[in-house]
Amino acid sequence: MSDVQANPDDVEITVNGKTIFARKGELVIAAAARHDIYIPHFCYHPRMDPVGMCRQCLVEIDSGRGPALNPSCMVTVAPGMKVDTESPTTKRAQEAMLEFLLINHPLDCPVCDKGGECPLQDQTLAYGPGESRFVEEKRHYEKPISLSELVQIDRERCVLCDRCTRFSRDVAGDALIHFTERGNQTQVLTFPDQPFASYFSGNTVQICPVGALLATPYRFKARPWDLQWQESTCTACSVGCRITVESSRNRLVRFQGVDVDPVNWGWLCDRGRFGYDADVIEGRLRSPLLRKGGELAEVGWSEALREAAAAIQGALDAGGPGSVAVLGGARGTNEDAYAWAKLAKSVIGTDNVDAQLGDGLDPTVVLGLPQATIDDACGATTVLLLGPDLKEELPVLYLRLRDALVRKRTQLVELGPVATGLTHLARASLRCRPGEIGALARAVLGDEAANGAGHDADELAKVRDLLGAGSLVVILGRASLAESDRFTLDAAAAIAQAFPEARFLPVLRRGNVRGALELGLAPGLLPGRAGLDDGRDHLAASWAGVPAAPGLDATGILTAAAEGRIGCLVLLGADPLSDFPDRALAERALSGAARVVAVDTTTSNESLRHADVVLAAAGFAEKPGTTTNIEGRVSVLAQQVTPPGTARADWMIAAELAMRLGGDLGFTSLAEIQREIGAVAPAFAGFGPHLMGTAELHDGVVVPVPRRRLHDVDLDPEGTGDQAAQAVAGDQLADRTDEPAGEDHPAGRQPDGAELAASRDAVEQPYDEATATETAAGSAAEAADAEAASADAAASGPSSGSPRPLLQARLPVEPAPLVPVDRYSLRLVTSRKLYDAAVSVSRSAHLRVLAPGASLHLSPHDLDQLGVDDGASVRVTSARAAVVLPVRRDPAVPRGSAWVPFNQPDEPANALIDAGQPVTDVRVETL
Amino acid sequence: MTTGTTYPHAPGYVAGDRPQIVTSRFQYEDSYTLERYVATGGYEGLRAALARPPADVHEEVRNATVLGRGGAGFPAGVKWGLTPQGVWPRYLVVNGDESEPGTYKDRLLMERDPHQLIEGCLIACYAVGLSQCFLYIRGEMAQAQERVAAALNEAYAAGYVGRNILGSDFSVDIVLHWGAGAYVVGEETALIESLEGNRGMPRLKPPYFPAAIGLYGKPTIVNNVETLSNLPWLLRNGAEAYTAIGTATSPGTRLVAVSGHVKRPGVYEIINGTTTFRDLIYGEEFCGGIREGRELKTFVPGGGSAPWFLPDQLDLPFESKPVGAAGSMLGSGAIMVMDETTDIPEAALTLVRFYAHESCGKCVPCREGATWLQRILERIVAGQGRPRDLQMIYDIGQGICPGDFPHASSERLGLEASPFPFRMTTICFVGPSAYTAIHSALTLFPDEFEAKITRRDPIPLSVAVAGAAS
Repeated sequence: MSDVQANPDDVEITVNGKTIFARKGELVIAAAARHDIYIPHFCYHPRMDPVGMCRQCLVEIDSGRGPALNPSCMVTVAPGMKVDTESPTTKRAQEAMLEFLLINHPLDCPVCDKGGECPLQDQTLAYGPGESRFVEEKRHYEKPISLSELVQIDRERCVLCDRCTRFSRDVAGDALIHFTERGNQTQVLTFPDQPFASYFSGNTVQICPVGALLATPYRFKARPWDLQWQESTCTACSVGCRITVESSRNRLVRFQGVDVDPVNWGWLCDRGRFGYDADVIEGRLRSPLLRKGGELAEVGWSEALREAAAAIQGALDAGGPGSVAVLGGARGTNEDAYAWAKLAKSVIGTDNVDAQLGDGLDPTVVLGLPQATIDDACGATTVLLLGPDLKEELPVLYLRLRDALVRKRTQLVELGPVATGLTHLARASLRCRPGEIGALARAVLGDEAANGAGHDADELAKVRDLLGAGSLVVILGRASLAESDRFTLDAAAAIAQAFPEARFLPVLRRGNVRGALELGLAPGLLPGRAGLDDGRDHLAASWAGVPAAPGLDATGILTAAAEGRIGCLVLLGADPLSDFPDRALAERALSGAARVVAVDTTTSNESLRHADVVLAAAGFAEKPGTTTNIEGRVSVLAQQVTPPGTARADWMIAAELAMRLGGDLGFTSLAEIQREIGAVAPAFAGFGPHLMGTAELHDGVVVPVPRRRLHDVDLDPEGTGDQAAQAVAGDQLADRTDEPAGEDHPAGRQPDGAELAASRDAVEQPYDEATATETAAGSAAEAADAEAASADAAASGPSSGSPRPLLQARLPVEPAPLVPVDRYSLRLVTSRKLYDAAVSVSRSAHLRVLAPGASLHLSPHDLDQLGVDDGASVRVTSARAAVVLPVRRDPAVPRGSAWVPFNQPDEPANALIDAGQPVTDVRVETL
Repeated sequence: MTTGTTYPHAPGYVAGDRPQIVTSRFQYEDSYTLERYVATGGYEGLRAALARPPADVHEEVRNATVLGRGGAGFPAGVKWGLTPQGVWPRYLVVNGDESEPGTYKDRLLMERDPHQLIEGCLIACYAVGLSQCFLYIRGEMAQAQERVAAALNEAYAAGYVGRNILGSDFSVDIVLHWGAGAYVVGEETALIESLEGNRGMPRLKPPYFPAAIGLYGKPTIVNNVETLSNLPWLLRNGAEAYTAIGTATSPGTRLVAVSGHVKRPGVYEIINGTTTFRDLIYGEEFCGGIREGRELKTFVPGGGSAPWFLPDQLDLPFESKPVGAAGSMLGSGAIMVMDETTDIPEAALTLVRFYAHESCGKCVPCREGATWLQRILERIVAGQGRPRDLQMIYDIGQGICPGDFPHASSERLGLEASPFPFRMTTICFVGPSAYTAIHSALTLFPDEFEAKITRRDPIPLSVAVAGAAS
């Protein structure tokens, strides 16, 4: 690559006699690596600050004063620098360092998890002295000791590279492991009586260059050379971290982080990394179940599908399409979501469809506000958090944002009910009680009539200045599930009005919730960010019909079911009893629905107690497809193992049910669905099977993508680098639409007027009738033609398709009134912890022990007022229910509020909440 | 009160004609009290400094070429000038973590004349505009800690330290900090880490000096106790008087701590650049010769980290350039004298064991190599050495210090001197120091090692790994 054109900022250096162009400020080791010159190393890690501990990367560097050995991980490039990574002096130093590292390293490679993929092994073979001269006894420590439930350490193997300790301190921000002792006795250990209880501990195992740190779940499970693996995307939450899914003998045994620039940088949270056993341990469905004589019993697919179709048909016959409702769909693939949206809205004809369970945001807000990516947030002048604690809900987004804050690339402002994991890094963090966030936002923006939640004018002005300091990204989500999302939307509306250039990163937690909303699993929406009316015409060719009017959201569906108005409730991987904020309503709804059909992977889902038919679905890594993360980034899901028994993908179940309901979804393969999505879903224009397996999808692509870019990639498999392609595509788009050039993310802003119509043409162009018709026809050959036609059409410029407005966010115009709290009550805040009673945690043997359990967190002041000790049991009474919980002193909670973690084992917080009320107040009494 | 009182490790010398810059009060039993200090010209240097603009004071110190007495010998006036302009706060850190093997001069300065150190700190803070002073005293030096603490209390009470010192606009606080017992914290960046509450491990270089980025990321001057103790005299008597003593390149006096097989071990104030090692070891006013009239075998000229000298080098003066050319360094001013009865491999082992124990564990060559050297040497001393061990010692040394390593010349062995300095694969000098003693011992006394190697077992065949890089 040394023939690459020199950038004016590039620094010309010589490595092994070859001229290369390094980036300004780049480390020698990194510059060499980019030019395929490998310098052996242990402590250096490209995502962490160098520390220069292992001395393995010593090379001869001549900066004008003659060659001298220098650690290449510590020296930044300078013009004219000469580096020799192969000189006799360098070689001797490399051999010496390896000999030093090996003298005390045990020779237990045959029983070491790392053996076979061990940097120490590999580099010893490549750069080592080839013989051992050490005759003394090696250093001895107790063989692996547990640092936590998930991580063990074998100190004999440790080479003290400082990677794990640096990661914990610098990247994760919880320095729970550290060096102890000194010199030759230095060890990595926890502090006394403090386990390595980090949400990110698994990363230390992955970056350990030897087998010192071991993952308890993986230990002795496989040898690296027996592992089969593919790249995929984690769906434990909606950040969409790239991972490898690794299996041995058709069982998942390990997930590892893959370093992609726009998302996870190689890091994973422990929930994502270690939750892989959730789909294999007890309770996993191997075949469909049918309720017979009050018990669910295994049956064949034909019987189960017949019964499920009959349940739907019965409801249709009795109450029309409106009596059928579909809840869930956020745990499947994009293709599953599209198939179910098409089944529900086209074949069944109901719009009572919601992938969110009352714990999210209005889908038009999620999809319709100017969009920001994770990179946008990390590079914005100011980030405003109007949402949950990212460390608990979207841990890797927390890592990315923390990095940007620590490196002062952005500044954080928080408005919310409790302190978060980032509060100590925030420039400003204002507390308010649930129900006050909208007023607080308006007060911050200078509305003197608004209630500033007790913050004085100076504080409010300071926050206002921070928000207006430059580019602004708002991270928008539900800070508390015990308040209506209405208040958060009020705040968002005020911010969006005051800062029209602000962009929004909606943070919803569930795996593919964004993909489900994008593909129409929400009331009033059709695939690809289209409203019902917008999509009616262009879907006419491939869809049998489109619902006439918007249907019910999750709360509406459950309310209707509780009132007996739902004839058939379909639970698409949903567990409303656990996940819906109002447990009592969910109970009544499940009892009130005439028939309940569930599509699920497990019987551990509590809501299945009410199911009449359970259709066995394939789970994560058991089916191929794509997923969409919080940014709208589409990336690939790999099938690595076969589903158990006869379980199958959700989209297949949808297609089968459609047949039995007398319809036809029009596809029989994943490729056909992808092609159809690309053709009919405006935001997914250009999406299709031709993208699978391309380098383009490695990092994922953010939808809507400038269509031209996708086709460029298709025609140019070599690729010209992600940035370049994006810039080119952006320019071309800008050329055609008269938009200002240099807009990185065309979706990231709301164009208006003429500009809007023009850009829409560019995005929606492949929507022409011919393409849609041909795709709907369904045969593979025709589909291939259709793809070609689509490409041709793309090349021929804007078509004359009728303009459709982009989805508009439905933000409240009038703020909701404040709800007063009486002086004997505390206002309830409830939000999720990383480990809770969710199916994916409670079914994982590795993770279930980590859920902290339910408790009531009070500010020290309120706890003292109550007059009980930390840990005492108290009675918490809301309008709905009374529960007994242990109480905890928690300075993160402000006076007047009470925080309860959502969906913990034993005592579900959602029993306290009434979804019909805007906020929930509780009284706390001693026992 | 009476002159000529002797104390442990303190010479009973009479001042005579030799100039005394930092030890002038050692003759008094109550030298550490404010009363005695003020009665003998104490805090006059500070008054003299406060009467002049800070830049003048800095210039005076620069003109006097006060070489750093911690080991590296970097001129204090130049070091002060490395602080960036206009960045505050900026700190003075006093390196009282004296722990180089054989060195105990700073301890005496702190025990015997703590006010002189405090006055020196104040002068430095005034000259460079430093906001606060941290006085870091080695954890093991209990009496020094007590004396400095008591003196500081006296000085605060008398208005020499704190706000508006001596009625001027100049205010500075001095904070005491006790070390936790780590040799490497004598390295200035490790000391700063320790002061910040972190593990005492050296910081990566660059930046080479903490003057720009030091304590809490702010400009920081780190000076040795003896360096600062020179300042009161210098300000009282002027740079001209100071440079009149010693040579142009090494003006003034310096303290050396002599230990080992001499008649009168102790701390002596010698004249820079003119006093020779022979004067010091054999001079009647200093050590008075080797004990029991024995022959000198070898001596360490500058602390445990310095390559050893032979009697061939006795006539070298205390001046860094000729000493460096002869293959060693003056370092921290510790002279360890070994007579003809010394078992050289055991002496080397004593020093290697120290460095292996004190390695902080950061750099691999030091952490692993020093312990490896220690264990090989233990084996040799125990009669379990193998012939190939000697070559291995050299190879391990090459892993820590690639290339030529300094050593003295020897007429007996027909050996040319290899000059200072050396290259190293570690961040700080602890790694090379671990190799220094064993290298000197093996180079200058190879026969003593040969004599210890009694095993003549066949050397086990090494297994060459096919495909390994060679």
